[in-house]
Amino acid sequence: MDVFLQQLINGLSLGGIYALIALGYTMVYGIIELINFAHGDVYTLGTFFSLAILTLLGVTGVVTGPALILVVAVTIIGAMILCGLTGVIIERLAYRRLRNAPKLAPLITAIGMSFILENLMLYWRGPSPVSFPAVIPNPDVVLGSVTIQTKQIMVIVLAIVLMLVLQVFVYNTKLGKAMRATAQDKDAAQLMGININTTIALTFLIGSALAGAAGFVSGVYYGSTWFLNGFAAGLKAFTAAVLGGIGNLAGAMLGGFLIGLTEAMTTQFISDQWSNVVVFTVLVLVLIFRPSGLLGESLPNKV
Amino acid sequence: MALLEVDGLVARYGRITALDGISLTVDEGEIVTLIGANGAGKTTTLRAISGLVRPAAGAIRFAGRDTSKLAPNDVVRAGISHAPEGRHVFPRMTVRENLELGAYTRSVTSEIAEDLERVLGIFPRLKERYTQKAGTMSGGEQQMLAIARALMSRPRVLLLDEPSLGLSPKLVQTIFEVIRDINRRGTTILLIEQNARQALAVASRGYVLEVGRIAHAGAAAELAASEAVRAAYLGGAA
Repeated sequence: MDVFLQQLINGLSLGGIYALIALGYTMVYGIIELINFAHGDVYTLGTFFSLAILTLLGVTGVVTGPALILVVAVTIIGAMILCGLTGVIIERLAYRRLRNAPKLAPLITAIGMSFILENLMLYWRGPSPVSFPAVIPNPDVVLGSVTIQTKQIMVIVLAIVLMLVLQVFVYNTKLGKAMRATAQDKDAAQLMGININTTIALTFLIGSALAGAAGFVSGVYYGSTWFLNGFAAGLKAFTAAVLGGIGNLAGAMLGGFLIGLTEAMTTQFISDQWSNVVVFTVLVLVLIFRPSGLLGESLPNKV
Repeated sequence: MALLEVDGLVARYGRITALDGISLTVDEGEIVTLIGANGAGKTTTLRAISGLVRPAAGAIRFAGRDTSKLAPNDVVRAGISHAPEGRHVFPRMTVRENLELGAYTRSVTSEIAEDLERVLGIFPRLKERYTQKAGTMSGGEQQMLAIARALMSRPRVLLLDEPSLGLSPKLVQTIFEVIRDINRRGTTILLIEQNARQALAVASRGYVLEVGRIAHAGAAAELAASEAVRAAYLGGAA
């Protein structure tokens, strides 16, 4: 039981990271029906941007006292802004002119974008893993025999807060409504007076910014990063988005946490070698019985 | 001077010429109808006016201003609203959200609330369906929503593309009454209809499109009486 609870905490932390990345996949798919393969690399870029900001701040290890909050806030916000802008630039340079092209063209472009980002990062930080400062002090919270690390609390809290903010933004603001309208019907959205280019750019900005936040969090969580970090994490986050129902925000969050939990439990109770097998088996099973994903909407798009 | 003026409009889809030099005018307060067979270019004309199709040549002037190069979102701001063919309501949003999006370009909340009341007065059915997802409504209800939503921008000109398509005869009557009513309250209307007889009955003037050109133009009553138009679009003798 204690082992189970311990893995529950581990799984939720892992899941928080996947969920944050999955949101970017699902938002972009929702609005332009593109699987943005470069998104995992934007997340990796988030780890490197965070690292650069921490270096700039002179942080090399654990930070204590009030400075901790400042360092975390500055690094996260900085990484979010830089990744957000990267996303906007990628959309502007690579995807926008292909918006009305056959679906395969932007898809291949996205794969190309992914290679470009990976190679830029290879050039920037080299081929080996780079260590990431711990930042968060570690007075673990011990509840009976379950140990919760402070950084795990940070991951879970940050993921949930960002998701709530996103949810409020998308459902309760005018810009959020414009995003949903653009996702549902681009011609009609334009006829309402919505500038869809701006709206799509905004979607990339937000999705990529969330990947930036995930980048910081995962750097702290794993203590290292490298240029291909985003490949496996991106694949799993994408799986999370599909599992939850691609295009659906709540689905991406649910999918992210489910995959994190599945991975943690498999590692504990079966073997970590099997974790990917189990994760993808879960995906296949869900899609057999619910092809549109757990929370995917069955309402037809075209009436 | 005409409120809306289209002059020598040419539009192409790839190598296909959809509009081959269309000219028409709509005066303030009028209902003008555009009739013609499928593929004649009626929808393309409206899409060009609202900016969804970029004209290859020709001018579109609205209230004296050239709007042919404006993006659709700026055309709405200028005062032209378009209820497109096939309704295009936002299926996963409620009736309320659809109507609010219709007022996207506006910011004075009291005026928006006023217009919301007004369109719900015109279409009481939408009041009953207020919190329902638009995609779950019947075709007729979606059509009402599409028109109501287009009115929410408080347009000077309303472009209506096939508002009666696929509706029951009784609903068709309702829609045409509403079109008259909206016009009486001061909105200028450019109407496309496959139901040419009804369209000519509400309109003051009409244009007949044939493969990308204006074939006939004139007062609605004259067109309705014309042998050529009757034979081609009104199913022979009335």
